[in-house]
Amino acid sequence: MRTAFLQTLEELAAVDTRINFITGDLGFSVIEPFVKRFPMQFLNAGVAEQNMTGLAVGMALSGKIVFTYSIANFPTLRCLEQIRNDGCYHKANLKVVSVGGGLAYGALGSSHQATEDIAAMRALPGMTVIAPGDPLEAEHATRGVAALEGPCYLRLGKAGEPRVHTGPIDFQLGKAITVCEGKDVTIISTGGMLQPCFEAAKALMQTGLSVRLLSMHTIKPLDTQALLSAVRETSAILTVEEHSVIGGLGSAVAEWIAQASPRRVGFRIMGLPDEFCRTVGSQDYLRRICKLSAGDIQTATQELFQRTK
Amino acid sequence: MPSLIDELKPSASDCRAFARRLRLTAVRMVHEAKSAHVGGSLSMADLMAALYGGVLRVDPHSPSWAERDRFILSKGHACAVFYAALASRGFFPLEWLDTFYRDGGRLAGHASHTGVPGIEFSTGSLGHGLSVATGMALTAKRDGAPWRVFALLSDGECDEGSTWEPALFAPQYKLDNLVVIVDYNKIQSLGRTKDVLDLDPFADKWKAFGWAVREIDGHDMDQVLDALTTVPFTKGKPSCVIAHTIKGKGVSFMEDKLLWHYRNPSIEEYNAAVAEIEAAP
Repeated sequence: MRTAFLQTLEELAAVDTRINFITGDLGFSVIEPFVKRFPMQFLNAGVAEQNMTGLAVGMALSGKIVFTYSIANFPTLRCLEQIRNDGCYHKANLKVVSVGGGLAYGALGSSHQATEDIAAMRALPGMTVIAPGDPLEAEHATRGVAALEGPCYLRLGKAGEPRVHTGPIDFQLGKAITVCEGKDVTIISTGGMLQPCFEAAKALMQTGLSVRLLSMHTIKPLDTQALLSAVRETSAILTVEEHSVIGGLGSAVAEWIAQASPRRVGFRIMGLPDEFCRTVGSQDYLRRICKLSAGDIQTATQELFQRTK
Repeated sequence: MPSLIDELKPSASDCRAFARRLRLTAVRMVHEAKSAHVGGSLSMADLMAALYGGVLRVDPHSPSWAERDRFILSKGHACAVFYAALASRGFFPLEWLDTFYRDGGRLAGHASHTGVPGIEFSTGSLGHGLSVATGMALTAKRDGAPWRVFALLSDGECDEGSTWEPALFAPQYKLDNLVVIVDYNKIQSLGRTKDVLDLDPFADKWKAFGWAVREIDGHDMDQVLDALTTVPFTKGKPSCVIAHTIKGKGVSFMEDKLLWHYRNPSIEEYNAAVAEIEAAP
């Protein structure tokens, strides 16, 4: 996803000189092509995320489209008030990009695990929140974010994720992508959980369960039309995210179901428990520990369907 | 009021008269709204009179003029004087000042741009203004634009680490189109700055970070104008004006008193304040 983002940003910067890219001193060996090609559209703010965000807003209020870039919680939680007061209140063209959403930097420890970022960003007025599911979605999301007026948060995985979508996709901000069509149960995934969800869906279909898989790349604004269809056409919804069970995709969907669903529907949120992950391990390892593997999703979907059918 | 708008070289006497009007207006606004921060408004009244009395290249009839100078009041709590200056210059009707801090009014208790022409950037949480000002100055530099950026800071907000991040950044990028003015009235919310977190040697800190620094008496209009009309002090360096000021300046019983950071003047105090400001030479 990181590679898709940087390559796409390079393409965009070539045709639109308003596009600027600021890093908080991170991106060694990956940002150099951009820096070399567009030195006047690039800035290293140093290890100073509050200033990075304030600078970006100052530039945005002077006519630029500014991407701030760092990893994990550094471009979001470290400078949350700058994003809120400076970026969102001014409706600035501030595009916050975090690489390593969720447990992508698992073994680096909890400081490098972005597990409450969606909740924080989603609560900010006027903020668009996007977590693409694979590199193809990341490419489209980068274009969408650059074209959208106002503040955005783009939550990326790391580099080297597999592509889930095999063909072209119809990517629109705020519109879920139907990866698999089904009528028994709906799995809604956001971010890099798309891959394990896709594997789980395929395995479940082998067992005869008809699974609808939605890639909810935009968490805010939420695609309520897709939720309405899921509620009407399937009997249960399972949300899956590499993020705390508090405040993320699951919460957003629950808020809608509780207030707007026309009928009762089985529902479960799969995500990270409300505690720090104190185990050391890779993303795959920690996903298994936190019960977010493809197998866990498969089991949870079956249980949910049995409970609600 | 004499036209101060298009003068290339603002006169000290006009700016002094303007400062007196700003003080009167701000004290009235704070009194009538029952709001706070009159002390920090009065300490920067002379600085604001110089800025809006002719230093800043702005056009009240075209607030979004592309080549305007940008001004950011980072100490957003002292906004009464800011609103008064903007209204006096014609950015919006003077009557709006009566809606300050009121239900349904346009003018919030910290500088806010929503629906208010002439405010570049909203503040209120301290330590935000300088980064944004720096981003604006960098943009002007890179675009080869002639406009400049002025940011007025409180001394208290120099406690914030986020003030020192851009302080480190701006000299690195040689932003000599950026001017910081610190209203150094030496009193913050709970005490004297030297007792809370001592900033001194203050000028040396900015110098060490790479700024061209000038210390002035922030109530001596000749010194204020001389400093603000000779920026940049050094080509290739951002400028820092440390304005030594007195909290509550212009009203004897408010001067240098911690109480007047927050206290709202009663009707008797208000009348006494007006009499003093009007009688001042």
